[in-house]
Amino acid sequence: MELLSLLSAGEITSVEVTQGYLDQISAEDGAVGAFLHADVDLALSKAAEVDRRRQANEPLGRLAGLPVAVKDVLCDTQMPATCASRMLENFRPPYDSTVVAKLKEADAVLIGRTNMDEFAMGGSTENSAYQLTRNPWDLERAPGGSSGGAAACVAARMAPLSIGTDTGGSIRQPAGLCGVVGLKPTYGRVSRYGLVAFASSLDQVGPLALNVADAALLLETIAGHDPLDSTSLDEPLPAYSTLVERPLEGLRLGIVREHFAEGLNPEVEEAVRAAVAVYESLGATVKEISLPHSKYAVATYYVIAPSEASSNLARYDGIHYGHRTDISAMQAELATEQKAFLAAGDQIAVDNMDSPLVRMYRRTRAEGFGSEVKRRIMLGTYALSAGYYDAYYLKALKVRRLIRQDFDAAFEEVDLIAGPVTAEPAFKLGQMSGDPLAMYLVDLYTVSANLAGLPGISLPCGFTTSGLPIGLQLQAAPLAEETLIRGARMFEQATDWHQRRPEKKQS
Amino acid sequence: MALSRDDVEKVALLARLQLSEAELDTLTDELAQIVTYVDQLAEVDTGDVEPMAHAVELSNVFAADGVRPSLPREQALANAPAHNERGYLVPAVLGD
Amino acid sequence: MIEIVWFLNSQSAKVEVRKWHKSMAEDFTTVIGLEVHVQLATQSKLFCRCSTQFGAEPNTQTCPLCIGMPGTLPVMNREAYDLALKTAVALDCEIPEFTKWDRKQYYYPDLPKGYQISQYDLPMSSGGTLAISDSQDQFEPKQIRITRAHLEEDAGKSIHDEANGKADSEIDLNRTGTPLLEIVSEPDLRSPAEAKAYLQELKLLLTYLGVSDCNMQEGSLRVDANVNLHLETDSGSAATPIVEIKNLNSFRAVERAIEYEAGRQYRVWQETGQKLGEAPKQTRGWDDAAGVTRGQRSKEESSDYRYFPDPDLVPVITLPEQVAQVKASLGELPAALRQRLTTDFGLSEYDAEVLVNQGRALVDYTLRVADLSGDAKSACNWVTQEVLRVLKEQGRSIEQFQEQSVSSNDLAELICKVKSGEVPSARARELFDVMAREIYVSFEDKLSFEEVVKSLGIEQVDESELIDLCKELLGANPRIVADVQNGKQQAVGALIGQAKQRNPNVDPGQIRKLCLELIEQGFGSAE
Ligand SMILES: [Zn+2]
Repeated sequence: MELLSLLSAGEITSVEVTQGYLDQISAEDGAVGAFLHADVDLALSKAAEVDRRRQANEPLGRLAGLPVAVKDVLCDTQMPATCASRMLENFRPPYDSTVVAKLKEADAVLIGRTNMDEFAMGGSTENSAYQLTRNPWDLERAPGGSSGGAAACVAARMAPLSIGTDTGGSIRQPAGLCGVVGLKPTYGRVSRYGLVAFASSLDQVGPLALNVADAALLLETIAGHDPLDSTSLDEPLPAYSTLVERPLEGLRLGIVREHFAEGLNPEVEEAVRAAVAVYESLGATVKEISLPHSKYAVATYYVIAPSEASSNLARYDGIHYGHRTDISAMQAELATEQKAFLAAGDQIAVDNMDSPLVRMYRRTRAEGFGSEVKRRIMLGTYALSAGYYDAYYLKALKVRRLIRQDFDAAFEEVDLIAGPVTAEPAFKLGQMSGDPLAMYLVDLYTVSANLAGLPGISLPCGFTTSGLPIGLQLQAAPLAEETLIRGARMFEQATDWHQRRPEKKQS
Repeated sequence: MALSRDDVEKVALLARLQLSEAELDTLTDELAQIVTYVDQLAEVDTGDVEPMAHAVELSNVFAADGVRPSLPREQALANAPAHNERGYLVPAVLGD
Repeated sequence: MIEIVWFLNSQSAKVEVRKWHKSMAEDFTTVIGLEVHVQLATQSKLFCRCSTQFGAEPNTQTCPLCIGMPGTLPVMNREAYDLALKTAVALDCEIPEFTKWDRKQYYYPDLPKGYQISQYDLPMSSGGTLAISDSQDQFEPKQIRITRAHLEEDAGKSIHDEANGKADSEIDLNRTGTPLLEIVSEPDLRSPAEAKAYLQELKLLLTYLGVSDCNMQEGSLRVDANVNLHLETDSGSAATPIVEIKNLNSFRAVERAIEYEAGRQYRVWQETGQKLGEAPKQTRGWDDAAGVTRGQRSKEESSDYRYFPDPDLVPVITLPEQVAQVKASLGELPAALRQRLTTDFGLSEYDAEVLVNQGRALVDYTLRVADLSGDAKSACNWVTQEVLRVLKEQGRSIEQFQEQSVSSNDLAELICKVKSGEVPSARARELFDVMAREIYVSFEDKLSFEEVVKSLGIEQVDESELIDLCKELLGANPRIVADVQNGKQQAVGALIGQAKQRNPNVDPGQIRKLCLELIEQGFGSAE
């Protein structure tokens, strides 16, 4: 990466680089709203430390002196981790997530915490309890989500690299909508230790960057086996940052029949088909394949993810950390209720009243969670409850295997699958509110990779006539990140979409 | 499967969420709509299919037994909404 | 079936129980299944590396994981799994190749994640047995079926201020995440005595396996009992609704609670006639001080635990070869050991039980003594009579006893020397008591067997020496000789006392025998 070579050559200092990005944040973030928290002093002192050590010729980490933004969902002892939720407004993690620890070990400058949908639930970052994030390409539009801040800060050049998480498309979709590169690794490739869980069997941490090479470098820094995560893969870690520059020969590219069905925006379809043509011009053979169960992916996802979420979020109960309701207000509420029931002579209602403990939980959680989080907790609780488990949760796990088997069969025939990231470019802020199902359907092209555990990448492949970025999604077989990034880099080298940048916002 | 307001109320208790009357109404509609969408899974033939609970199916992952330092107590309790020097405090659990 | 009047702590309760037992004795059978939670003897917790040591200051043995903090992930302690597997194999359970962990979801302040990691539909073992018997013949020996044994995590503790109901409760998470093995029996037990025998046998087995310290005061072994009654009525057989009794902190409490609960259910049955299935399963807590079970409030919804596979943990595959290996490494278990002690060593069933119930260490000691002395019967006799007596008097463990006082070598030597006559049997117990009384701090200070023998002046007395002594005594006591000749053989007893005064090593039996023989031969007669 260019910035890194300038730093290591001593042509520029980390303090200068960091200050430059901090200046960009002050200039742009008032309009964009990508950051929830930035610790200027901490960032500059880390940068100064790296500069000092570089001058003293001490050994330095892989990202020495380079600013990296982190989604507010990964624990860091030096930062808040609110997950954009009121529930964790005052939570200070007493431990570092493995990804943050690796970034610190690499001597990265952790420049700030990026906005997201609350607990990573959503596709527009509008579910943040704290602020809206706007798409740098059009401030009236959403950056996508849930890693909306992570994508927007890279698009607006407020950080060269950023860390996001992807449970159903939460890296790839905002990357696509903001015109940057976003990569979701194979499930288990990057440790989830210290990542505040949304849906444990789907969550993955991944890089966002301005180009594939930078994303590969960041991936290489954060990936690898972690004994603290039972689901972490104990597999050799390829040198992505160097391998990325080797084009693939004899690439077999698959395009999925089902992706080009009704509902795909014609401008998006055109850009994706043009991207496929670029690959053909680079010597790839293109083959149409079928993923017959992909049409059930969203339904499967919206059973499994909320089920796991309902369980993962049970810990927010106001006892050991996080928000707790006002106890005297809670007691007053119960007393008023009881009085009313007694006055009405309704003894059954009195008997069925919540105990103080139950009411404390219910008020705490009602106050601490936003509406989308509540909706998913409700959905997941329902899917796991007695009498519905087999019809919903267990059924979804079976369909999940069929979805995976479709991919296994496809990757017998092709090396990469190419297609759209989303059916539409960035939508207007507020456009989806009041229609949760429509919002869920935005994940149509991305959720399958999470269900199947595959790696996927989103990279810029064009713009709409109105100037909104269009993303190309590539997917590969499990652990084939190397193929994925080499294939993506080939395209990037042959095009210049990734070099466009949104107009500066007024300072 | 049809989802009633009564179901939603029961689920809200299971999930320990307090919902206003208005929230109950909206959620009943929204959840019913989502559940109806999800019901399409019923049409998939999953006869002999093994459920897939993990994205990557590993087995036998263990850590060796052995004690490592715990958190200092002040740090363990630091995030608690109510605590004394020894432990987390909860309003008296009357009859649970 | 129930005819014994079990002890209850208050007189009035005793009388009351006696009354209904008299009139209803033949009417019902108490049916009992037990759920036992055993804390496994690991150093660290099931999913984190915090210590499991009992008795630490509240909340000093916790980390982000066992506090349930956001982002933490569990990794299973191998030793916990191995100990659980060992126990399941020892209980003759089937070990399936595939097992997984599930989340059992409920809200309680001592459960920080809002779920307990446990096992639901695919436990690590199922279908075992445990044989129980009673040497006092209160019930026939029987096989109790084990439904399943599974590995799960413990919850923390809520400390309620009893004195002031309005005060806050304090939560201590030190125990959170401690590995527990839940062992569930089929409802095969039929009386409090059987329940107690099952628990004792289970505890003995766990102790032999070394998988738990089974310390009930510290909560390492906790029992819940499922109890109902099967009744024969004029209109056929019926059963009462099942009640789960919680908070049973001693075997005595288990016996008493079942006893009380059987009586309570019978009274309720007489009042309401309510049968199994007509009322939901009830949970009652045992109040040890009051000697009663009390209903616990439980909301209907609380039983919907919404189990689902924990996505943070991966399944465990255990191959049949591994199970065979574990089986081969178990060593001899109590039942087999009792069998061997009775058949191979000729011990009575009672003695075998006494010995085995004292624990593996005492049995090992006995077997070593038997082996070294080549006299198993004597070894068992010495241990069950003398060693156990001394241990009880001194309040020492067998480990301390053999290390500080009488090693298996010492006892074996004693047995051999007595057998060979080198140590007169008359002085064997005296010698043993002297050795047992001494507590040596270090091995170097310890007197050797020979030194102790010497210090007591113990030596073999050869027969010619004895004959000379007898002749001398008979010559000095003509009246005794005369008495014996007149048919009063017991008169010779006076000579034994004198002989022992002259030489403590003489064998009284031998003196008696020699004196009588000499008199017979005419020695000492007035001629
Ligand atoms: Zn811990």
